[in-house]
Amino acid sequence: MISESSISNIKLHKKNGSSLRKRETFAAWSFCALPLFFLFLFLVTPFIIAFVVSFTDQRLIPNPNLPTQFIALRNFLRLFSNPNFHQALLNTFIFAVIVVPLQTFLALLLAVLVNQKLRFINLFRTIYFSPVVTTMVVVSIIWYFLYNPGEGLINQMISFISFGKLGPYNWLNDTALALPAIMILSVWQGVGFQMVIYLAGLQGIPDELYEAGRVDGANAWQQFWQITIPQLRNTTIFVIISTTILAFKLFTQVWVMTKGGPQGATKTIIVLLYEEGFKMLRVGYASAIGVLFFLIVLAVSLIQRVYLKEERAVI
Amino acid sequence: MTGVDVTVKNPQRFSFKFRKKLSMILSYSLLIVVALFFLFPIVFMFVSSIKNNETQIIRDMSSISAFIPYGDLGLKNYFDVFRQMPFARFMFNSVFIVGSTVLTGLVLNSMIAYALARLRFKGRGFILSFIIALIIIPTEVVVIPLLLMVNRIGWLDSYQVQIVPFIVDAFSIFLFYQFFVGLPKSLDEAAKIDGANPFQVYWKIIVPLSKPVFATVAILQFLFRWGDFLWPLMVTRGYEYRPLPVAIQQFFSQDPKVWGDIFAFASMVTIPSLIIFLLFQKWFIHSVASSGIKG
Repeated sequence: MISESSISNIKLHKKNGSSLRKRETFAAWSFCALPLFFLFLFLVTPFIIAFVVSFTDQRLIPNPNLPTQFIALRNFLRLFSNPNFHQALLNTFIFAVIVVPLQTFLALLLAVLVNQKLRFINLFRTIYFSPVVTTMVVVSIIWYFLYNPGEGLINQMISFISFGKLGPYNWLNDTALALPAIMILSVWQGVGFQMVIYLAGLQGIPDELYEAGRVDGANAWQQFWQITIPQLRNTTIFVIISTTILAFKLFTQVWVMTKGGPQGATKTIIVLLYEEGFKMLRVGYASAIGVLFFLIVLAVSLIQRVYLKEERAVI
Repeated sequence: MTGVDVTVKNPQRFSFKFRKKLSMILSYSLLIVVALFFLFPIVFMFVSSIKNNETQIIRDMSSISAFIPYGDLGLKNYFDVFRQMPFARFMFNSVFIVGSTVLTGLVLNSMIAYALARLRFKGRGFILSFIIALIIIPTEVVVIPLLLMVNRIGWLDSYQVQIVPFIVDAFSIFLFYQFFVGLPKSLDEAAKIDGANPFQVYWKIIVPLSKPVFATVAILQFLFRWGDFLWPLMVTRGYEYRPLPVAIQQFFSQDPKVWGDIFAFASMVTIPSLIIFLLFQKWFIHSVASSGIKG
C-alpha cells in the first residue's frame, strides 16, 4: 500500500496526490450510490417493514373504518397456536431433513460418476444437468401427469417392477404420499446443480494425494473415504447449507401440483405465507410468518456453520 | 499397447485388459441408465406435444409408447396454444424482464464490486460486510412488505415491478468482488499513472479481463430469474405483463385439462432455455461450479 501510493506520489505532483485521493473517494461513492440505493429501497426497507408490520394488523388494502393497530405479539401468538402453521413447519422440516441428505449424497455419486475419463462424458454431464435449466413450473406439470393416479407412468413402472403387487397409488391425492412425490421431483430437478459443484470440488483435489495413497497401498474404496471425502469437506458444507436454504423455500412445485393439499399434507411455510399475505390480504400476519421464516433460515445456517466448523467467509 | 497383446503371452495382462473393458462397460451402462432417468420426463413432454390425438396421449401414458412418436403426429397442439393464448406476448415478457434485469444487474453489481475491491475510501469495509450480511435475507421474507410498497406506488401489473427490485443483488456483487480482488493490483496502478480515472480503469482494464465472472453472474441470474414464480404470481393480474412460468401455470390449472396443448406450451417454454444451455453449456457448468468453490 505504502509503496504503491509513494510511487504515484513520485510520478505525480505532490499537490496532485491528495486531490487524487479525493477523486478516488468521489469515484468510489459514485459507483456505490445507485446500487446501495437499490439495496436499501428493495431489500433493507421491506426487511425492516416486515419486522415492524408483524406487530400490527396491517392489511394489503386498508379498511378506512378500521385503522391499522399495533397488536404487539398477537400475530406470533396466533401463529404458534395455529395448527396450519404447525403442519407447514413440520412439512417443511420433513422435506428438508429428507431431501438435503438425499440430494447431497446423490449429487456426490453423480459427480464421481461423471468425473471418469471416458468418451462422451460431457454428453452425460449435459444430460444430468438439463433438468436444472427446465423451469420448475414445467417440471411440476410433467410430473403431475407422471403421477396420474390411475394409469400414470410412475404407477405402471412400480407395478411392473413389483410384478403387479404394488400400487396403483393415488400419489398427489394421498396425504401420506403427496409430500414424498414432491420430494422425488425436487431432487430430480435440482441434483444436477450440486453435482456440478461437487465435480468442481473433485477436480480440485491434487492427483499427488491419490498417487501417495496408491503408494501406501490404499484401494479405490479406501482412497475415496480417506482422500476424496475429507478433501471435499468445504464443498460439502457449501452444498448442504445452500440445499437446506433452498429446501426451506419450497413453494413452486407445491403450488402448481397440490396447492398445499390434500388436507394440508404439502402445506409449507412459504405456501402459508403466500395464502395469508396474498390471498387473505393479511399483511401483518404474513409478515410474522416471514420474520419467523427468516429466523429459522438464520438459525439453520448458523447451527450448520458452527456444527460443521465452517471456515468459509460467506453463506 | 500394440497388436501383439492379442496373442496373450501374459495371462495377467489379459485379465487386466479384460477387467478394464468390463469396468468400462459397467460405467457406460450405469451412465446410460442414469441418463434415462433424467431424460424420460423431458422426452415424454416433447413426444406428447406432437401427438395430435388427445385420446392417444392419455392411452399412451401408461406404457413405453409414451416415449415413441407414432400415430397422428404434427404441430396441431402448438397451433392450439397460439390460438387460445397470446403466447408470443408471454415469451416477449419473460425475455424482456429477464434480459433487462440481468443486463442492468451486470453493470450496477460489477460497478459497486469494483469500487469495493479496487478503490480505497472510507466506509469500504463497512459497506462490504453489510452487503455480505444481506446475502442471507431470502427474497421470500421481503415479498409481502415489497408487495405493500409497490401497491402504494401503483406498480402492480407492470414491467418495472418485475425488473427494478431485482437488478441489484448482493450475491452477484459478492461474486464480482471475489473475482476483482484476485486481479493483480499493478494493472490499475499502471493505468492510474497514465492518468486514467477510476471509471476508465473499470471500463478499459477490469471489464475486459473479467469475462468469466460476467458470464457466471449472467448465467446464474438468468437461471434464477427465468424460473421465478412467487413474485410474478403476486404482481401480475392480466395477460399484459405476465411471464411464462405464471402463464403456463394458469393455463395448466384451467379445467378441463387438454394435455396435448399443455405439453406443447411446456415444450415452448423449455426449448429456448434448453437451446441457450446447449449453446453455452461449458459456461453453465463453469458458472455453477464457481458459485460453490472458493470463498
